[in-house]
Amino acid sequence: MTTVATTPAAPAAGRQPTTTAPKKKGSGGGIIRYIVIRFLLIFPTIFILVSMVFWLMRTTGDPITAALGGRLSADQLAERVAAAGYDRPILVQYVEYLGQIFTGNFGTTISTNRPVSEVLLTYGAATAELAFYALLVAFIVGIPLGMVAAYWRDKSPDASLRIFAILCYATPVFFSGLLFKLIFAVWLKVLPVAGRASTSSELQMQLLPGKTGLYTIDAIQTGNPAILVDVLTHAVLPALALGLLTAGVFLRLVRTNVIGTLGTDYVDAARSRGVSEFRLVRKHAYRPALIPIITVIGLQIALLLGGAVLTETTFEWKGLGFMLSEFLQARDFVAVQGIVALLAVIVALSNFIVDIIAALIDPRVRY
Amino acid sequence: MTRIDSPPRRPSRLARLPIIHQLHQSVGLQRGMLVAGLVITALFVLTAILAPLVAPYGYSQLRGPDGVFGAQQPPGGAHLFGTTVGGYDVLSRVLWGAQTALFVIVVAVLLSIFAGVFLGLVSGYFGGWLDRVLVVVCDAVYAFPSLLLAIVMSIVISGGKSDLVGGVMAAAISITVVFIPQYFRVIRAETVRIKSEAYVESARVLGSGNIRIMVRHVLRNATRTLPLIFTLNSSEAILTLAGLGFLGFGIEPTAASEWGYDLNKAISDVSSGIWWTSLFPGLAIVLVVMGITLVGESLNDLADPRLRGRRAVGANAGLVAETSVVPGGTLTAGPGGLGGLESGPLHTNDGEATS
Amino acid sequence: MSDIRTDQQTILRIDDLGVSFSTDAGAVRAVDGVTLSVRRGEVLAIVGESGSGKTVTAKTILGLLPETAVSEGAVILTSRDGASENNVIALSRQRLRQVRGTDVSMVFQEPSTALNPVYTVGWQIMEGIRAHGTVSRADARKKAIEILGRVGIPDPEVRVNYYPHQFSGGQKQRVVIAMALVLEPGLIVADEPTTALDVTVQAEILDLLRRCRDEFGTAIVLITHNMGVVADLADRVAVMYQGKVVEEADAQTLFSSPQDPYTQKLLAAVPYVGQGVVRAAERAEARSPEWAAQTPVVVADNLRIQYPGRLGRPGFVAVDGVSFSIRPGEVLGLVGESGSGKTTIGRAIAGLTRVTDGSLTVLGHEMNGFKERRFKHLRSDIGFVFQDPASSFNPLLTIADCVAEPLVVHGRAANPRAARARVDELLEAVQLPRAFGDRFPHELSGGQRQRASLARALALEPALLIADEPTSALDVSVQARVLELFAELQREFGFAALFISHDLAVVDILADRIAVLYHGRLVEEGTGAQVLGSPRDPYTQRLLASLPVPDPAAQAKRRDELRRLRAAG
Repeated sequence: MTTVATTPAAPAAGRQPTTTAPKKKGSGGGIIRYIVIRFLLIFPTIFILVSMVFWLMRTTGDPITAALGGRLSADQLAERVAAAGYDRPILVQYVEYLGQIFTGNFGTTISTNRPVSEVLLTYGAATAELAFYALLVAFIVGIPLGMVAAYWRDKSPDASLRIFAILCYATPVFFSGLLFKLIFAVWLKVLPVAGRASTSSELQMQLLPGKTGLYTIDAIQTGNPAILVDVLTHAVLPALALGLLTAGVFLRLVRTNVIGTLGTDYVDAARSRGVSEFRLVRKHAYRPALIPIITVIGLQIALLLGGAVLTETTFEWKGLGFMLSEFLQARDFVAVQGIVALLAVIVALSNFIVDIIAALIDPRVRY
Repeated sequence: MTRIDSPPRRPSRLARLPIIHQLHQSVGLQRGMLVAGLVITALFVLTAILAPLVAPYGYSQLRGPDGVFGAQQPPGGAHLFGTTVGGYDVLSRVLWGAQTALFVIVVAVLLSIFAGVFLGLVSGYFGGWLDRVLVVVCDAVYAFPSLLLAIVMSIVISGGKSDLVGGVMAAAISITVVFIPQYFRVIRAETVRIKSEAYVESARVLGSGNIRIMVRHVLRNATRTLPLIFTLNSSEAILTLAGLGFLGFGIEPTAASEWGYDLNKAISDVSSGIWWTSLFPGLAIVLVVMGITLVGESLNDLADPRLRGRRAVGANAGLVAETSVVPGGTLTAGPGGLGGLESGPLHTNDGEATS
Repeated sequence: MSDIRTDQQTILRIDDLGVSFSTDAGAVRAVDGVTLSVRRGEVLAIVGESGSGKTVTAKTILGLLPETAVSEGAVILTSRDGASENNVIALSRQRLRQVRGTDVSMVFQEPSTALNPVYTVGWQIMEGIRAHGTVSRADARKKAIEILGRVGIPDPEVRVNYYPHQFSGGQKQRVVIAMALVLEPGLIVADEPTTALDVTVQAEILDLLRRCRDEFGTAIVLITHNMGVVADLADRVAVMYQGKVVEEADAQTLFSSPQDPYTQKLLAAVPYVGQGVVRAAERAEARSPEWAAQTPVVVADNLRIQYPGRLGRPGFVAVDGVSFSIRPGEVLGLVGESGSGKTTIGRAIAGLTRVTDGSLTVLGHEMNGFKERRFKHLRSDIGFVFQDPASSFNPLLTIADCVAEPLVVHGRAANPRAARARVDELLEAVQLPRAFGDRFPHELSGGQRQRASLARALALEPALLIADEPTSALDVSVQARVLELFAELQREFGFAALFISHDLAVVDILADRIAVLYHGRLVEEGTGAQVLGSPRDPYTQRLLASLPVPDPAAQAKRRDELRRLRAAG
């Protein structure tokens, strides 16, 4: 009877957690083992993505011809190609590239002739800041509203929240961004149109000795509240545009999972002990639902980063996404490849962290 | 002895078709959402097909009988939605854009369904090292920002410049590559689940060959959720297409009309308070994505007995007994009604108990 | 019917209760005019098969019906001290919440799902305490520890901090009972409290429930389909059929002289140990002396099956050094509790699970080092009937297509249509009307599907049939019919069979010989008369004594016997 393992039928819709979720069984020490195995899984993921990007990008030819072809004569081009080593066998270049990535060297941009890693460090902070604020918006809006929708299931609050959620993720970030700009910056003139801070604030923050590139922290360091306000007001619209997109996904996710757990026996059992309906949602349904939710949130980081590219372009928020689209315009594929590779590493790492958090929350894994 | 009772009312062939079956099944709010979604989607498809007839001008038309349209003309007169910075008619661009979107959806989803279903079925059914490799690869691709992957693909396919109708193809294929892992995962998970169902084991005990089992038993049951993923992916395809266009990987205005491209060109307009160039293509995206998502979400809810709503009954209504039979069946799960509630060995109410 | 007037002794009064549901198939009336009452400290069993409305009745008592249900009538609940009286159906949400846990509480069927996996059991018990009145954390904790100790959880001070998955199935059910008892409600509704448990554990939980009544003075509404459980625990019995109470009597009377025809039929259908001894003996008589010398269909010699562990961990040994044989035309009954490895053996014989060590010969073919290609031609000689009738048919094919499958696969028919004549014959052999061939599996009931499953297994007239718990998902009366059919077909077709079940009484009806499995080992084997009449192995003795019989007087005696066995170790 117990020997036939039944795989739980995962609902097919949308983005669902990966198969790497921890299995229960096995007592004591399971968690450490799980962390180690899960950590080792990062490497094939990064390897696959980096290799894929390398091979795909190189099928179009060498990056120098792509960037400068037509502008330089054939001789000059060949000289540049040879100097950069792009005339060697592709396998040699591939192995070399993997080695470089391993040591944190992502190559040198063609258009600006700077190391890609330097570009990543300079602009990474801006993207991190945007992603942080957007996640904040997504959590604050998405999770409580998802619980409200589950609580009022099929009633009017639920109906309006579901429409709201669908609107949130049906609206491309660049469109909601443009609308916000139009309304709040152009017509109402209450918030800045674009950028991360006004020029004067940026200048002051540049002078800081211990500047981090995270403007919120830098602004606090200047000790000037006006600068902090300036930085924060600049962040409001981009964070809302990107955050609401993610919030829509979170809302739907929380609602579905909480409704699912509300139908379980243990919720009925708690109800039969006289536990209040509100507490049933908040404690009994939410906490077990959190485990799949967290796993899916990990996958949303990918969505968030994709969205960041569009948001940054819309708001001229000088982060990795903004630079990526600049490099794309300049057809600088070394830089593009570098940024994409770095994002692959970030995605793999954040998924690892999220999976570990999910495992730690689940007592069946912890003990 | 068993009495021959009349078979339960079986729905007509029409009523068992996907979507129509769900339409019958739905109630209240869920039906409202489904109907609204279907109406919007139908409108979108009609617009796409009839664009040449409905649109006042061509997508790349710059001059009418009265001469050049002029750039950034406000809505009104000859141009209901105004004109763009490039001097195109916004209304026509929006209507023609539906055609591009529909074309990309159809190509992208069809290609990814075939590739994804095939890979998922084979991988899930046979397992082994091929399965493991495919799972790791697909998981990696799946976790990666789909827009970035589409960008990379579009660089590969069109070298980053899409100046021909082939650009549409390039966009479609880029999106395909992004979607294959999704279909793969869903079909593989279903295949693995179905593989351990008693009816597949029973076929194995009988000695049915692998191909026969896969085609006759696994494939048809594993693909029951496809309409659902199809709709959810269609909306994602539109968003990805628009995102590509917005980043300059779209289709040149002379080749076809694409909403994302128009929005990209409208960024600078917004700062000077010109709203019509961004609002209408943007709304078009929102409306279409919303319509398709409404259909997809409704299908999802109806497929899941936990999420499905039911008609309210009056007190004292209904006949006693014969509760085990669910006409038409549901997409994924067993009967959701009394079955979940009534304990005992199983939710069966056997005819012979009475005879 | 019982007295409707409220008196001091009545704790629950159900008055003309009706419940309707909205389902996919339209409105269904699950409970229809039920009137019942329960006295203080009394165990009332509500018995019925699936669809009888017993669980719905139980859930109504706590107001736990889903929103799709509409109920009418009255469910009057009196508090333990008799101070308040409430009609559950008419209560406000707030009042209902106060009543649950204090006046009435519930024990669920599946203990592993009735406990929230992410909170400690102590937290869950304390939550129930603190939901009713202000109690300090420390006091609530003390109370939780105390109640865990009283329901027989060892080291309650430590275990109070355990998560549900750290307990065994029987212990989990004790925890669930502790939660129900902690506020000392006057009434506990126990919904199939032992159905998910093994027989030996069931006996312990039934003892605990009896203590609830005797020591706590709690009245119990016991919902069950198992007549043995009723005989063991109930003071009074109400039999439900199709939403109505067809008979109500005290337990002694009901079992000795059932009045309603349905009750009589139900009791007659309950299998009991000793039923098959005569028949098995007759069959043994009829066999020729050379029979014993025939080559067995299946021979297991020191068979060992291990499931691979995850990533270098040692695997789980499901079957450990088992030897047995099945001769042509013989039925071997394989009995064991969950995890005993009985299903694994069945699957290994059918080539669905790999043999790790030892030898397993099926129809002369060695299964150790199994290759599908070399085994395939033998498959036409093996039939398999699966446990779950719900999933044993492809939902997209008609019954006729499914039954024709073996004929088509083994080239006896070109396509399902060509096989139709044979399919009709087979359907008739399993007593299903021919017209059922055109139906889809979900249009058949569980028992009908299981018979179609038999038809499919017998399509090629196999020499060996493996039946893996074919009746455990069925109601008793349906089970009786399927078992009878099985016996008939076995006589007619003369196949050898491995009949796997957790129920000794069921195996006894059919088997020539019985083998008892315990933790992957074969502890006892012999004829029904030997194994059930005078079991030698202590586990078999315990298993046999744990099986409740549908007779209150006899069951009381067996209880003492079990207690003696347990005391002996």
